[in-house]
Amino acid sequence: MSENCIYIARSSAIAARALAGEMMVMNSADSTFFTLNPVATAIFQAADGRTPLREIVRDRICDQFDVDPEQAQADAEQFVTELSGHGILLVSNHPLVSETP
Amino acid sequence: MAAARKVACVEIGGIPIAFSSDDDRFLDLLRQRYAGFLSSSPPEFELEFDLIAAIPPSDEDVRVRREGDEWLIERGDFQARWDPGTGRGQVRQNANPYSLDSVVRILHSLILAQRGGFLLHAASAICDGQAYLFSGVSGAGKTTMTRLAPADITLLTDEISYLRPSADGYVAYGTPFAGELAKPGENCSAPVSALFFLEQGPENCIDELPSAEAVRRLMRNILFFAEDRVLVEKLLTTACDFVARVPIRRLTFYPDSRVWDEIRNFQGVAEHV
Repeated sequence: MSENCIYIARSSAIAARALAGEMMVMNSADSTFFTLNPVATAIFQAADGRTPLREIVRDRICDQFDVDPEQAQADAEQFVTELSGHGILLVSNHPLVSETP
Repeated sequence: MAAARKVACVEIGGIPIAFSSDDDRFLDLLRQRYAGFLSSSPPEFELEFDLIAAIPPSDEDVRVRREGDEWLIERGDFQARWDPGTGRGQVRQNANPYSLDSVVRILHSLILAQRGGFLLHAASAICDGQAYLFSGVSGAGKTTMTRLAPADITLLTDEISYLRPSADGYVAYGTPFAGELAKPGENCSAPVSALFFLEQGPENCIDELPSAEAVRRLMRNILFFAEDRVLVEKLLTTACDFVARVPIRRLTFYPDSRVWDEIRNFQGVAEHV
């Protein structure tokens, strides 16, 4: 995934709950269950379909976690690819309407 | 003229369900399989069985999805419809007990999910009036724990534990669903004192589990099949509530009877989250 502008939104088919600093996510389509670490949780929570991933990484990751911006962007893109493959996140080159509040 | 349907009421987890069929042999099989759980209580739900030509038990994944007001439950060896509004459903399956068990477990999992309970892939037993649950990956020792249990322990199940919320926490009920032990559980219940995730090791040891790890392990072992976001959300909420109200620990054990001394002496408190 190397598009210039990536937008991400949470799928409507999931249930999520934060617990002790981790996000628990379950896909209702196939009952797969994931726990997200704090960085992944920050990306997941910011996935409103309107904010480009680049901005999310800059404002929510680099500002709050001590990480190299380029590495953070690469890690975020990999994470987004994985979660979209599991139906947790929707990904587009255009703004999306988030399916969950 | 259609043959008259006969009915057997089976009460698992305090939820009586009437099963009806016009096939006497199937009803006999059902009564035999759930012998300790037959009930004269007024049924809360009704399930009609129509038998079809023999199809071998299926290894394919079950699909449980909503269609209008009804749940559709399908696998290669059975098809079922159930309307939670009316409490009635129909099942088409052949007369094998494995298909029957699957349908009954799925139906209970749907009913429990609405009521804040769940079925857990775990052995459970009553010791000194308290229920203890033993879960873990296949081969971790669920059946071993039940085999090592002293004579005064009451086995609720060696395979599928049945859990419902109560005012003080959760209650575990016996189930007829047997695993390797090939022995159904006793039809009784007790408040849950702890859930242990099992690992075998050189000595007995009970360790704390962080709440997020406890939820993760719990979710991996809950029997749940429905493709439905509302129920999935409810289930996740239930899992977090369970972790908040029931002590959950890792039990590393050496497989001999001394492990039950550890269980008797365990006095844990839930990790409130």
